[in-house]
Amino acid sequence: MSALLELEDVHAAYGLSRVLFGISIEVNEGECVCLLGRNGVGKTTTMRSVMGLTPPSAGHVRFKSRDITGWPPHRIARAGIGFVPEDRRIFAELSVWENLDVAQRAAARPGRWTIESVIDLFPVLGRLHDRQGGFLSGGEQQMLTIARTLVGNPELLLLDEPSEGLAPLVVEALLAKIGELKAQGLTILLAEQGIEFSLALADRVYVLEKGAVRFAGSSAALRSDRNVLDQLLMV
Amino acid sequence: MFEVSFLFGQFLGGLTTAMFLFLIASGLSLVFGVMRVLNFAHGSFFMIGAYLAWQAVQWLAPALHSFWLAALAAALGVALLGGLIERLLLRHIYGREELYQLLLTYALVLILGDAAKIIWGTQQLSVSRPPMLAGGFQVLGATLPTYNLFIMLTGVAIAVAGWFVLTRSPAGRMVRAAALDREMLGALGANVGALYTGMFVASSFLAGLSGALVTPIQSIVPGMDVEVIVEAFIVVVIGGLGSFWGTFWGSVIYGQVLSFGILILPGFSLFSVFALMAVILIVRPWGLFGRPLR
Repeated sequence: MSALLELEDVHAAYGLSRVLFGISIEVNEGECVCLLGRNGVGKTTTMRSVMGLTPPSAGHVRFKSRDITGWPPHRIARAGIGFVPEDRRIFAELSVWENLDVAQRAAARPGRWTIESVIDLFPVLGRLHDRQGGFLSGGEQQMLTIARTLVGNPELLLLDEPSEGLAPLVVEALLAKIGELKAQGLTILLAEQGIEFSLALADRVYVLEKGAVRFAGSSAALRSDRNVLDQLLMV
Repeated sequence: MFEVSFLFGQFLGGLTTAMFLFLIASGLSLVFGVMRVLNFAHGSFFMIGAYLAWQAVQWLAPALHSFWLAALAAALGVALLGGLIERLLLRHIYGREELYQLLLTYALVLILGDAAKIIWGTQQLSVSRPPMLAGGFQVLGATLPTYNLFIMLTGVAIAVAGWFVLTRSPAGRMVRAAALDREMLGALGANVGALYTGMFVASSFLAGLSGALVTPIQSIVPGMDVEVIVEAFIVVVIGGLGSFWGTFWGSVIYGQVLSFGILILPGFSLFSVFALMAVILIVRPWGLFGRPLR
């Protein structure tokens, strides 16, 4: 069986500064795979290159066996990949409901997730219905950005550092929600710096360093590999 | 001192100027607000609209509603021209330095200006008022031409409709989201390129329509493109570039300052508007309703 998402020797650069040096990873249907690594190792760029926001300068990205390398981001989104960016990118002057409505129309992929059902998942968004996105707390914005991507009914969710900058209690609540999504069968590619958050969710892990994959294996294998933990993750 | 009816007449005159300018400047402001493109050629679209309307009136002359058909045809023609320019030229300079935009849109000013001279010559052209709006009537002792009233109502109608579409419709929400974060909207699945084309076409349509509607009260001459773009820029500087209501109130203020400036400083009417713009640029460079650029 071929993977849902497959990156083959992907290189990427911002202008002249090269960031990815031949990343190859696979995400199978129903899996939660985590990209681990310190700041600046290329996790975000990997996600951006999957999404077409920073198109690969070499290599291939395949989704459901189709080569999507070089597609514009909106086509990739409509093919079924949902991106939740690290900095959340809420439309600050649009209300919570408007953020969700715009996303639903943009993706135009009807399915299990509707504005009503994402509010059931994150009830706090229902209470903040008419609040402007810019006036939400960090945790509320994180829930909104996940909900906003979900209403497009992606088959694969790219979650870039969802726990960043959030209070421990909020992180715990978020972890439970993402766990719920995973249990419902959503395929997730997660980028994280925090090892606890990621190992709580991930089936498999890729550890990145300097734009290349340094470790690939199951979460259990990573837990017992002191070398990788010490050298690449400083834990 | 001045009589009430005279002052009221000045007020109405100012309001007519204002609503004309709003029709023109709203498209300019919208394109800047969403696409971050400062389109110098917007005045040229206005001029092409006027010439196309004249041309269409010549062809349609005997028909009863020829003026309205001509105005619609002119606006559609300019919308098409705008769409082509966006697709073939502007598209390539998004995200580049502003200097490229300035050069490109200024080049369009020169090209369209010369093209108009080649096609329609340099003599003044004029279009007569549509018969159904030919007369005028008295309000508080001042005479208001029916056509001017029509322009005022059109301006207000476009303002209300524009506001409604932007704040209450799905398309308006999409446009506001694009103005806030184009890349994110694309990553959510929206075809922002097509949205930009649509915005530019709508803006060109408004420019062409105002060009067509100005023909019954102003003669069509080469140079009207540059004159109107300067006025439109003053309006958006006063109101705040990219702000919808800022453009509306900027137009109203411009019209009134121009209208009453003539009374205080005859012969220096334009000076009063420029002075106002200078004061605003010093005190509040982002305009009355605008926001400081991030």
